[in-house]
Amino acid sequence: MEKSRHIIIREEAVISIQGLYKSFGDLQVLKGIDFTLFKGENVAVLGKSGTGKSVLIKIIIGLLKPDRGTVNVLGQEVDQLERRELDTLRLRIGFSFQSSALYDSMSVYQNLAFPLTMNVKNLSQAAVGMAVEEVLEAVGLKNKIHEMPSDLSGGQRKRIGIARTLILKPEIMLYDEPTSGLDPITSAEIIDLINKVQQQYNTSSVIITHDLTCAKNTGDRIAILLEGRFLKIGTFDEVFATDDKQVKGFFNYNFIQ
Amino acid sequence: MAILPIKKFVFSKRIDPYFTGVYEAYKFTALFFREVFKRPFHLREVVNQSFEVGIKSLALISLTGFIVGIVFTKQSRPSLEDFGATSWLPSLIGIAIVRALGPLVTALICAGKVGSGIGAELGSMKVTEQIDAMEVSAINPFKYLVVTRVVATTLTIPVLSLFCSFVALYGSYVNVHSEETSSLVSFYQSAFSTISFLDIFSSVSKSLVYGFTIGMVGCYKGYNATQGTRGVGKAANQAVVLAMFLIFIEEVVIVQVANWIRYF
Repeated sequence: MEKSRHIIIREEAVISIQGLYKSFGDLQVLKGIDFTLFKGENVAVLGKSGTGKSVLIKIIIGLLKPDRGTVNVLGQEVDQLERRELDTLRLRIGFSFQSSALYDSMSVYQNLAFPLTMNVKNLSQAAVGMAVEEVLEAVGLKNKIHEMPSDLSGGQRKRIGIARTLILKPEIMLYDEPTSGLDPITSAEIIDLINKVQQQYNTSSVIITHDLTCAKNTGDRIAILLEGRFLKIGTFDEVFATDDKQVKGFFNYNFIQ
Repeated sequence: MAILPIKKFVFSKRIDPYFTGVYEAYKFTALFFREVFKRPFHLREVVNQSFEVGIKSLALISLTGFIVGIVFTKQSRPSLEDFGATSWLPSLIGIAIVRALGPLVTALICAGKVGSGIGAELGSMKVTEQIDAMEVSAINPFKYLVVTRVVATTLTIPVLSLFCSFVALYGSYVNVHSEETSSLVSFYQSAFSTISFLDIFSSVSKSLVYGFTIGMVGCYKGYNATQGTRGVGKAANQAVVLAMFLIFIEEVVIVQVANWIRYF
């Protein structure tokens, strides 16, 4: 596992969130989130299960609407956009699901070709084939092109899920628990892939995880989300050195695990 | 001044969801009509779904139609024999099958086979985040999954219904032929002699409505499935039960309207 070296442009924010609140019924999940992701940066969001990490990235991509606050992505207020504008913005964002969310009635090739053929008109079969092969090469699964998702292992499904987002050449990648449910070796492969994607496609990424190894090896900054708020944001060493009891408690819990 | 507690429910925790459910179903249907005339039309997917609904249901529809034809003829014969009117069998069976049994049997079979299939498929896609995956890939899942399926069932089920009626009439002929000598052509001629344009029109109209109902209910239940695999089963089950219930209500209404037109 080697952390990628890349340039972060701190003058250019690709995601800017201010005063974000979200609740489901009586349950307040996000309680005033302020967050900025700079161009070329990877931020790993760490937190316990049920603290609203996935809700945060689902709001960023417009799958959920915030109760309050502003979410600006690539210069556009996400919750103010019309359907067509939101779709145009989504083409610039890749979202890798925790469950991979591959279309189980389609082969790997069809899974990868589907977003491309649906969004780019008059694309020849050859061009689609080349694009599919390119992203499969990037995730190291070129030999799985004709397999069905049910025939793939958990790690392979995650890779194909990432490949499906890469086919539209996104500027921002949102990873939802990329290493959950994977063994340490496969986790390490996914971490390497996240870093490789960042270098090869010049993406800025938000990585939602509760895996310290993943956060340390992918994030330029680490954000600790506990009880609906970011308790600490900084480099891994800065966050690790904090005196905050809750943050320390979280780290201790993870080490015990 | 005393602060009044905020009322959480209009009626009660158990009754409120029925009303919100009706409103959600209305919104879902309204969205269908907003999306169905907008580009892109995903014609290839409509054809694929029509194939799933139509061709893959043909064997079941044929067998059921054939059996319905035989059984209905067998049950009707003794009553007509009492009046020495067995020669009216083809006309009676023709009217009963084209006006009511053909569309109804087809709709009920399709509600079970197609409606549950759509409910389970979309429900499964919903709980495994495949619908969200489409959404984040800038693909309108409602248009791609719901509109195509509802259009396919609406267009295909009337064709299946007419086919079912023909097969049921053939079943009836087989039964008639086993009891007395008659030719297939004269049987069909006799059966169709009493069927009017209004009968065919009401039969096709009914099937269009049933097809729309089956597609819409299946999609609505699947698209709104929750609670993991349990929710998928529930969606499939509710898709069948609700579709069948609505089909019977629609049958009553359409028959009333057709009769009103017939005797107007």
